[in-house]
Amino acid sequence: MVRTIDEINEKIEKDEVVVLTAKEAYDLVKEEGVKKAASKVDIVTTGTFGAMCSSGVFLNFGHTEPPLKMETITLNSVPAYGYIAAVDAYLGATARSYENPEYGGAHVIEDLLSGKRVRLEASGTGTDCYPKKDIDTKITLDQINEAIMFNPRNCYQNYAAATNSSGTRLYTYMGALLPKYGNVNYATCGMWSPLLKDPEYRTIGIGTRIFFGGSIGYVAWHGTQHNSAKPRDENNLPIGPAGTLALIGDLKSMNKRYVRGAYFEGYGVSLMMGVGIPIPVIDEDMMHQLSLGNEDIKTVIVDYSVASRSRPIVREVSYQELRSGFVEIHGKKVPTGSTSSWALAREIATIVKQMILEKRFFLSEPVEPLPKDRIVKPLEVRRR
Amino acid sequence: MSAEIVKKKLILSFSPELAELPITYHLVKDFDLVVNILRAQISPEKEGRLMLELEGEKGKLERGISYLQSNKIRVDSLEKELFHDKELCVNCGLCVGVCASRALVLDENDELKFIKEKCVMCGICVKVCPRRAFKIEL
Repeated sequence: MVRTIDEINEKIEKDEVVVLTAKEAYDLVKEEGVKKAASKVDIVTTGTFGAMCSSGVFLNFGHTEPPLKMETITLNSVPAYGYIAAVDAYLGATARSYENPEYGGAHVIEDLLSGKRVRLEASGTGTDCYPKKDIDTKITLDQINEAIMFNPRNCYQNYAAATNSSGTRLYTYMGALLPKYGNVNYATCGMWSPLLKDPEYRTIGIGTRIFFGGSIGYVAWHGTQHNSAKPRDENNLPIGPAGTLALIGDLKSMNKRYVRGAYFEGYGVSLMMGVGIPIPVIDEDMMHQLSLGNEDIKTVIVDYSVASRSRPIVREVSYQELRSGFVEIHGKKVPTGSTSSWALAREIATIVKQMILEKRFFLSEPVEPLPKDRIVKPLEVRRR
Repeated sequence: MSAEIVKKKLILSFSPELAELPITYHLVKDFDLVVNILRAQISPEKEGRLMLELEGEKGKLERGISYLQSNKIRVDSLEKELFHDKELCVNCGLCVGVCASRALVLDENDELKFIKEKCVMCGICVKVCPRRAFKIEL
């Protein structure tokens, strides 16, 4: 059985398409097997929602009279990067306000999306063509020219869970880690996660149309730190961090429900993003991958008390065990917490399904595949 | 006619020399109260603090509190409450693993459930929530 993207799009057009969410596909395969399910189902929808630090927006503010070449720029006291022509800037999600350390770029993005007025302060040196030297004004999302969200690294294919063997509490981007293996925190949405459902990037590639923050977006490139050469287990899945996606979309058309500022105590600011990717059932192998459940998907628990690039692995664990609320470490029952929202992942997968059924979302063929041979290189600090 | 049964959460603060007083024994034996210790902070030579839930007949409960006060124990009723803002919450569940009293759990729909009765007001969720969705209110 082989199915093409064109055939699926034709079925969407004719109201004949069969779309299931990741959980529905899992249930169907359990009941009827891969072969039968593959012949019935055209698309399986996935979703994820969680902190994705490597995010931000390109903003074009428009020109003042007389014009100003904006070099130093703040939005609600959060620094943005100027030096991109005169009135373009990039606001990074993790940039922090000079006034309130719990407020940052991600919160400015959320405020803009909520229609709030945001204070823009900018200054430059003053040139013959840009004589103005500074401004202090208020902007809204509607009023500025463009707000293009471009996130260099989103949708981690898998991620290590975190614990702490030391005697003191740690505050990390994985949340608070209590002493003496007091808890385990994990990321990703397990069986809902897009890249865990297409682990070999057979259908997700450059140009793939996606649900991005409540709107339509695209896979722009492989993400930074794309670790696609990571070894796979018997289910074709990487155990721990692997592939990533660089995503692009229009902030102006997004929904604030899926774009939320976050502050992690002792770590800083991050952006929680919602992403959904429909995966075409191109053949039986694809259906098999799509049918894998939390019991089949594994990651490692690492010890964050070792403040080093390579932290010791405590044990391997399935998402089913993580999701049960407790995992066992050295014979002790340790409570678990999640940095990702599985409720919103499910909601996003359900919305994408609905959009396809209502012909508001057609699948796209990747323009180029994602590279499968990438590794992550460390940075060695050398003197001269 | 049976007497009205009431429940009260209290914070007791007492000086170091009072640490020897077997107050829970007296509350149970003399006033017929159900005593549930929610939190205890007692260290030598420092002011001790006990968070209790007392349950019993209304009159007996009041007499029990008078007994504590007559022994120079400060009794503050715990009227503060943890407030969970569902609009701010994204149901991630980062608070679940650190909530020692299991007052915060994820339900079968992956949504956060706050079981008020189990909360001991430790406040750790207020600190760890990346969405700042918890507040302690009077």
